[in-house]
Amino acid sequence: MKQTRFNAYHRKLGAKMVEFCGWDMPVEYKGIIDEHLACRTAAGLFDVSHMGEIHIAGKDALAFVQHISPNDVARLSPGMVQYSALMTLQGTYVDDMLVYCVHPEFYLLVVNAANTDKDYAYIVAQKGDYEVALDNASDRYSQIALQGRQAIPILQPLTDVSLAGMKSFTFAFGKVAGKECLVSRTGYTGEDGFEIYTLDPEPGIIWDAIMEKGTPLGMRPVGLGARDTLRLESRLPLYGNDIDDTTTPIEADFKWIIKFKKGDFLGRDVLVKQNEQGITRKLVGFELLDRGIARSHYPIFLDGAPAGLVCSGTFAPLLKKSIGTVYLPIGKSVVGTEFEIGIRDKKVRAQVVPAPFYKRNY
Amino acid sequence: MYPQNYHFTKDHEWALVSGDVAVIGISDFAQKHLGDVVFVDLPAIGTKLAVHQTIGSIESVKAVSEIFSPVSGEVIETNGELAHAPEIVNQDPHGKGWILKLKMANKADLAALMTTSDYEKYLEGLEH
Repeated sequence: MKQTRFNAYHRKLGAKMVEFCGWDMPVEYKGIIDEHLACRTAAGLFDVSHMGEIHIAGKDALAFVQHISPNDVARLSPGMVQYSALMTLQGTYVDDMLVYCVHPEFYLLVVNAANTDKDYAYIVAQKGDYEVALDNASDRYSQIALQGRQAIPILQPLTDVSLAGMKSFTFAFGKVAGKECLVSRTGYTGEDGFEIYTLDPEPGIIWDAIMEKGTPLGMRPVGLGARDTLRLESRLPLYGNDIDDTTTPIEADFKWIIKFKKGDFLGRDVLVKQNEQGITRKLVGFELLDRGIARSHYPIFLDGAPAGLVCSGTFAPLLKKSIGTVYLPIGKSVVGTEFEIGIRDKKVRAQVVPAPFYKRNY
Repeated sequence: MYPQNYHFTKDHEWALVSGDVAVIGISDFAQKHLGDVVFVDLPAIGTKLAVHQTIGSIESVKAVSEIFSPVSGEVIETNGELAHAPEIVNQDPHGKGWILKLKMANKADLAALMTTSDYEKYLEGLEH
């Protein structure tokens, strides 16, 4: 099993460790609910070093990233970040990803741990005549996320990057706890916050320094368990649950990441057609009206007939409700529509609700 | 660390017997394994249960686990506190976090269960 460079820190904190995509990762430290609420009310610190980082460099870097991404990478100036996806030729997801523009001849793609090797092989296969150097740098990177309203008070004393002046989805290079880092105002929790990337082979001091500053301000280390409840409460999609190589961004309610006018890109033809003809199903959020918890892969029923499986589902610790996502036929996807979910030997009622379940108010 | 005079199953339920009534719950090991409990599905009063029959389920944020009856009998009471404070299963699994009470049908069922010290040895075996 692979270990991040913070593995010993998690064990010292008494984390419950699990295997996740071949990595030995903390699923929780003190408890998912505590960690979830700490992130919502103060801050949470996450080791997300399992994420994949891919470098694309060279004369044709911009043109190549434009080719593999449906979003318009030309809109990025150096220091900007964009949410996008890797698309199959069928317009479905290979993965979702962040695109960092270091400069027009150097992009950093950040992809899911589960997909890193698959994504890299896919990107290499698209290279053709593009003059680019491709590098799966994932093993050299460590990544920490600091998320929550206390993120700036915690991180600012430790870095020369001016955090308050940073806009959402931008990044800067600087030092954090004395180590060279890339700091971006991004995250995957629905909170404000930062993701900190470093190539330093001994990044442990960054974790310790943030723990020391953050703990008195209510920050807690957060494991993968609460990472999942936080992202779902904010309706952020998870590859393998909400999106995969059978679903398109239009169906997943992410049409905004497709910029048809920018020119050609992988999967464009199919997506143009789907956009013109209209989609037949759509990813929606639901709440349970009865008691219980609907989890991934539980069956759903429309008017009594089987109609698919729950994509993501959990108990939402802040909202104290059972929530989830599911693809429904477009005519049954409007807010207020009721359907049923099979939970073991029972059927419980669920209702389509507006996205997101939770939105921060600061 | 586990209370004396309890009877345990390999599935980590416990029974505490007084007269012909058995109080049933899940062990500290089980609650730690589950994590934050958010919902306990309880049977109706009067439900008759055989040994190892499903009593109901416990849902944590991360997982769902079936609860099996350690002994046979009839449900005479369920822990009403669990409806609004399921976290007491985590906080006090061998006490306030009890799940239900059974009027035992056959006290001989207890012979198949582990004593506290047997259960502690069983747990040591699981950890290796």
